[in-house]
Amino acid sequence: MNRNECVIIVNGETLLLEPSGAVWWPDEKTLVLADLHFEKGSSYARSGQFLPPYDTRATLKRIGALIARLRPERVIALGDSFHDGGAGDRLDGEEIAVLSGLTRAVHWVWVEGNHDPEPPAWLGGTIRPFYQARGLMFRHIPCTEPCAGEVAGHVHPVVRVNRNGLSLRRRCFASDGLRLLLPAFGAYTGGFDVREEAVTSLFAREMAVFAMGRERVYAVRGPCHTLLRNRNMDAQPSATAISTVNTP
Amino acid sequence: MSSALTPSLLPDRFARWFAARGWSPRPHQLQLVEHAARGASVLLVAPTGGGKTLAGFLPSLIELSTLPLRRSRVLHTLYISPLKALAVDVARNLEMPVAEMALDVKIETRTGDTPAGRRQRQRYSPPDTLLTTPEQLALLLSHSDAPRMFGHLRAVVLDELHAIHNSKRGDLLALALARLAKLAPGHRSVGLSATVADPKPLQRYLVPQSGEEALSELVRAKGGAAPQISILASEEYVPWAGHLARHAMADVMAAIKKAKTTLVFVNTRRQAELTFQDLWRINDDNLAIALHHGSLAPEQRRKVEAAMAAGRLKAVVCTSTLDLGIDWGAVDNVVCIGAPKGAARLVQRIGRANHRLDEPSEAMLVPANRFEVLECEAAREAVIAGELDGDRLKTGSLDVLAQHVLGMACAANFFEDDLYAEVISAAPYRDLGREDFSRVVDFVATGGYALKRYDRYAKLRKTPEGQWRLAHPRLAQNYRLNAGTIVEDPMIDIRLQSKGRPIGAGGRVLGQMEEYFIEQLAPGDTFVFAGEVLAFQGIHEDAAFVVRTNDTEAEVPSYNGGKFPLSTFLAQRVREIVSQPDRWGLLPDPVQEWLRIQEWRSIVPQPGQLLVEMFPRGKRFYLVCYPFEGRLAHQTLGMLVTRRLERLRLQPTGFSANEYALAVWGRRDLSGVNLPALFDEDMLGDDLDAWLAESNLYKRTFKNCAVIAGLIERRSPLKEKTGRQVTFSTDLIYDVLREHEPDHILLRATYQDAATGLLDVARLGDMLKRVRGRIVSRKLDRVSPLAVPALLEISKEMVAGEAAEEALRETEESLIADAMRME
Repeated sequence: MNRNECVIIVNGETLLLEPSGAVWWPDEKTLVLADLHFEKGSSYARSGQFLPPYDTRATLKRIGALIARLRPERVIALGDSFHDGGAGDRLDGEEIAVLSGLTRAVHWVWVEGNHDPEPPAWLGGTIRPFYQARGLMFRHIPCTEPCAGEVAGHVHPVVRVNRNGLSLRRRCFASDGLRLLLPAFGAYTGGFDVREEAVTSLFAREMAVFAMGRERVYAVRGPCHTLLRNRNMDAQPSATAISTVNTP
Repeated sequence: MSSALTPSLLPDRFARWFAARGWSPRPHQLQLVEHAARGASVLLVAPTGGGKTLAGFLPSLIELSTLPLRRSRVLHTLYISPLKALAVDVARNLEMPVAEMALDVKIETRTGDTPAGRRQRQRYSPPDTLLTTPEQLALLLSHSDAPRMFGHLRAVVLDELHAIHNSKRGDLLALALARLAKLAPGHRSVGLSATVADPKPLQRYLVPQSGEEALSELVRAKGGAAPQISILASEEYVPWAGHLARHAMADVMAAIKKAKTTLVFVNTRRQAELTFQDLWRINDDNLAIALHHGSLAPEQRRKVEAAMAAGRLKAVVCTSTLDLGIDWGAVDNVVCIGAPKGAARLVQRIGRANHRLDEPSEAMLVPANRFEVLECEAAREAVIAGELDGDRLKTGSLDVLAQHVLGMACAANFFEDDLYAEVISAAPYRDLGREDFSRVVDFVATGGYALKRYDRYAKLRKTPEGQWRLAHPRLAQNYRLNAGTIVEDPMIDIRLQSKGRPIGAGGRVLGQMEEYFIEQLAPGDTFVFAGEVLAFQGIHEDAAFVVRTNDTEAEVPSYNGGKFPLSTFLAQRVREIVSQPDRWGLLPDPVQEWLRIQEWRSIVPQPGQLLVEMFPRGKRFYLVCYPFEGRLAHQTLGMLVTRRLERLRLQPTGFSANEYALAVWGRRDLSGVNLPALFDEDMLGDDLDAWLAESNLYKRTFKNCAVIAGLIERRSPLKEKTGRQVTFSTDLIYDVLREHEPDHILLRATYQDAATGLLDVARLGDMLKRVRGRIVSRKLDRVSPLAVPALLEISKEMVAGEAAEEALRETEESLIADAMRME
């Protein structure tokens, strides 16, 4: 496995965190994407803010590149794929064609989100309130109770990293080894700081935070090494070291 | 000429008033009356203390005094000030002559603080004279009743015009003036300005342009006594780097003690906080020394200003917030810590002392390092010679124009050709092309995208007659909530609470700080703000809560704002001093010695040359050059040069820039590099473009433009949207727009801004042109004296684009190292 890849274990399953914000599950050849928010840009037009109407095609382009590289058998979109109920009607013909092509090429699962309870009728793929595979449960809104194996979106976690006089705000993954939160994948989506209680309260154990960099994902906070699979494999810490770190 | 002119120009009542006060009208005051009588617009250039404001209003008061007592009041004179507080102060000062001459003149102010009822009334029943700000004027002009309100206007008085004409606020005001010229044809304008190097741009600003350059009349008030400027420089010790001048605090304190009232000017808010602390540490007599800067709570600032006016303060440590504004008679001493950065700024600051023309102002410059000694000396010589730096003139910003177009649509339907003709009569927009104007209108209407997706949501629609009209009245409400050109970083209130109280349980507001600074604090971290060491407790709702501590040292806030680049004019003078050893005698010994050893070990560059030195030090190889073009231009140069070195596989790893020099370093010897190619102007093409794609400064510039142009609303009537709650990221919008529509009008506005602003590309371009064929290089075996300050510079940059990745990588490494420690 490439040294630059960030591979973590969540509820016993090996997952690869992509710098694009996607999760790749190699054992199941499954690509997971959260919060695509198609047509978020145009949703502001009604109120007179004309954001560049290119966010959907930018997002589709990034998805297309991921699919071409990873060749998944299954894609799971974790809800809020469309920014609002009318978003599907605002896609233009070209964008619809691209999206339809993608959903025909792979087994596509649309998990329902709070923004898109009724996806457009023309949409290919399967629509589900949630989706389960092996040890993982894919949902849009994370349960308020600790929930082993849950992979969810909705929260749009971001983390602030201060170093070398820089203060960076990055989209991030958050996990305690039992459940995993994905960053939003959509082009214009903002975020919610992982230090907020709404995020921390989701985790039974101390959470680890993985920030999206340009070329790879970086472990930046919490007991990340307990989840990491590939980094410093030669220098695996002893069990005692791990437990010291895990003690709150 | 004054006494001869008096009888004919001044009505009796006015002549008697002057006499009763023991004054005689100043020549420039009478000249303004004379120009006004002919209906001519005029620029008055006068030093502070020249009776400028009265001169500006005198013609209006004379005209108003001749009107019948029983009349229906109409707006006669409009006064615009860049500062709300100044408008209020001037209104107060005007009341005196009006009362003493028993004139029937109604004077009112209109600012953001004016109660809604009075604002409403001012629109249908205006005073004779209204004093307000550019933003308020723009708002008034966006109402459909503007023609009625301004239709009888006879005069516009623009105060502190030098401080505003060459900025985005100046663009907004220029567009408003163009509209006023249409609503009240034939009214005259009066510009009031401090001494400027070139008055032409201001004269142009005052009158409508039409093809040929039109200029207003010009009146120059006689200069006062030449200021006395001393430079505080120790013969024993002058620091190599830094901007705080902590070594000189005892001398500053002594100067404060000697004078009645002292203004201590610094260049940044951070410096203000630290200098204030340093002074109090040695303030054994408990002198009343206060602090004043833009982040303090308005009430706090007002308290300081009031105490100052009442003569209760011995000194105020302040930033440029007190460069302009209200006159304080008692100030008799000005201390400037750090380099003055520009001769005009220095004159302005010196002028804050002793507002009487006949006595010389006194000022002490306190350079904080060796280069600043040179800069202070250059500035002193320039001021004594009466030479000032001119600003690079900006052209009218397209984002401001977009805002104005929407405002004009709120006022009335318009034909595109008519509004275009009006806009290009404003001096900053006189070269605006018809095509570009259409693109701006298109942007306002539907976003201006090649992909026409927003037609059904259009803000402006065409009427059957071909006029543009506002699509919905609600949009006018939005416009009024979002108008203005000042875009602040998201700020957060700092609330002081008593120890032991839970976070969020009340507390006095001390002021505001940038949100990004607060976000990087952990509970318990200490920082200096409002002159105190405070400990951060936490954020609750939208305020940061702090408690007092007993600590004397703290992590210090590093503010973004308030740094000025070295002016081109002053840079030229500094280069001259460096190049002429016979002038070094004026400098303190350590500085002379520094330059002599430089001359012996390397060379001192001639004014037209660019000196490049290359030497190894530690495990690094350095390349240091000395353009003297200011930190912003050097930072941009650093980004571009490291990009090129990277392409040459010379593996640069970082650079640091100060006002005078740029140092680049890497793991490989840089002495073989082809310097003319490295510093070729063509770096401003593709290299610049590639760098802009990822520059954070550039993205911030884009955000400002997007807000001003109305792409992103600051506030909407539905929800109060603060910076904290913006639900999309402007950085991501920038990325998408750049990729899909690189020629979009907003990206052009951004480039236009950055070129003269944050990136100083224009200045960099001039420098590269200047040094072509004049690069002199020296290969040295070790660091040269001139290079030391650049190497000591604290803020270092990693090579372009790598900085963020490096920060993330190091965070990860330290996290893992921490976790793996076996103890």
